[in-house]
Amino acid sequence: MADRAGAALTRPVDAPGDDELLPQVRIRHWGRVVAGLAVLAVLGLLFQAISRGDIDYASIPALLTQDVILEGLVDTIVLAVIAQAGAIVIGTVVALMRTSANPVLRWVSWAYIWVFRGLPVLLQILLWYNIALVFPTFSIPVPFTDAYLLDQPANVIMTGFLAALLGLGLNESAYMAEIVRAGLTSVDRGQTEAAKSIGMSPAKVLSRVVLPQAMRVIIPPTGNDFINMLKGTSIASVIGFTELIHAANALSSRSLAVMETLLAVAVWYMVVVSVANVGQYYLERHYNASIRPTGTRGSVWAKIGGSLRTPPFMRSSR
Amino acid sequence: MSAAAGEGVAQGEVLVRARGLRKHYGSLEVLRGVDLTVRRGQVVVLLGASGAGKSTLLRCVNHLEAADGGEIWVDGVPIGFRHDGDRLHELREKDVARQRAEIGMVFQRFNLFPHRTVLANVTEGPVQVRGVPRREAEAYARELLERVGLGDKVDTYPDRLSGGQQQRVAIARALAMRPKLLLFDEPTSALDPELVGEVLAVMTELAREGMTMIVVTHEISFAREVADHVVFMAGGVVVEEGPPEQVIGAPQHERTRAFLARVTA
Repeated sequence: MADRAGAALTRPVDAPGDDELLPQVRIRHWGRVVAGLAVLAVLGLLFQAISRGDIDYASIPALLTQDVILEGLVDTIVLAVIAQAGAIVIGTVVALMRTSANPVLRWVSWAYIWVFRGLPVLLQILLWYNIALVFPTFSIPVPFTDAYLLDQPANVIMTGFLAALLGLGLNESAYMAEIVRAGLTSVDRGQTEAAKSIGMSPAKVLSRVVLPQAMRVIIPPTGNDFINMLKGTSIASVIGFTELIHAANALSSRSLAVMETLLAVAVWYMVVVSVANVGQYYLERHYNASIRPTGTRGSVWAKIGGSLRTPPFMRSSR
Repeated sequence: MSAAAGEGVAQGEVLVRARGLRKHYGSLEVLRGVDLTVRRGQVVVLLGASGAGKSTLLRCVNHLEAADGGEIWVDGVPIGFRHDGDRLHELREKDVARQRAEIGMVFQRFNLFPHRTVLANVTEGPVQVRGVPRREAEAYARELLERVGLGDKVDTYPDRLSGGQQQRVAIARALAMRPKLLLFDEPTSALDPELVGEVLAVMTELAREGMTMIVVTHEISFAREVADHVVFMAGGVVVEEGPPEQVIGAPQHERTRAFLARVTA
């Protein structure tokens, strides 16, 4: 009965070997062979061209571990991590305000996102860095006394690091607010109702039911943003903060090995970004562990985080 | 097994009393002055076409919806309010949560927590809301899951269960809070026909044990066999109510007759 449709019609019922399965001829994927050969040819030509360039490749490994470069690497990572961590915290608070029932909080959070997402990061960094022009001293007086909790010239407080941190972090927090909000609204309303029906307080509903489920939607774009943040710290070079690009410029202005130094820095960026990729993979796996792939989940991913998730090693897990 | 649910037996004192409930969404009036009385141990079934206001009424009982007017008292407490002298003060969400802990609810679409196992779904309320020690909560949860016939599914995640199984877990989750009252919002409407029976069987068993239940459903045979009291609603008001043999067996109103003819056809 199984083969009653096509086969039975075209094969005589009493033909010899009727009980045996017929050999199957698979499609030959010629396109893959052609594409592979083409890529090899292009790579070969590219390699030949690069090897003829006027550049001292042998000097690059030594440049990687130059003190200035390593200092730039550490500063880049520290700035990116603190800015992103702060942005996640502030962004979550702003997202909660944005979804709150309180109209004043909703309005304030909307305005916050409007301003900090609207202005270019470079402009924001420059505004913070030059704030001493407007406020020469930062002071916080203790009420009813002559004492000051803080009383310092703005130039001392607003270092390149702090200006870059505020510029990058606050800008990112506006994006994080939208990412978290997308996550919160992706959780089915029935989940909130079920949590309420067993007597959960609003804080418990959020922390036990809504946020854990929102994480699946929040993490991929957050990882995406963090990778952007790692690279975006290079903007801080314009105010003289010693991140990787600034370090490279400082080094090559003396050694004149401009391309070699830039390539060394490029290697470090790729390393750091790859490490971040791996971290993101494990975070995603953690928050997916309890929920197996389903059709609806795929569509949420596709909607919000899809663009990021291309590395081949992620495919095998799903 | 309590004898409370037997036919004609006068049940306990009034557990739920709703008076003059009004609710509108924009210009649409969903509830237009509804009264409802449920006695302890009673099973009350709300019938009516979709849009009649049954689900809204049910969701007002545990304050998932706030009524625009009228009062609901459950076991002497005004839901959503604090009774102080001759006034009702509106409660904050945190305090409403405490009232909801006493009232279980089962939803049309189950709404199990997909990121937690079956066992964790059932223990979530007792542990997080009541502060019951985990071991104790798990023992009771296993007992409840055994009772709904899912004792072997404790470590499974909800998406591996059939609709009928998920709904039985949802019932166990509601029971784990030891509620005074259980609300069912069309509990079998999202199920494949062959799975409806297993959920109704669990509900029938609960009714026999004396659980107070308010059930919104289109299962007329369940209403006829299990309900103590049937309320027929249309257009946001109660059209007719009484024992099932009266409302379903010999309806007085034209709208009730028309509705029954449609759903039993």
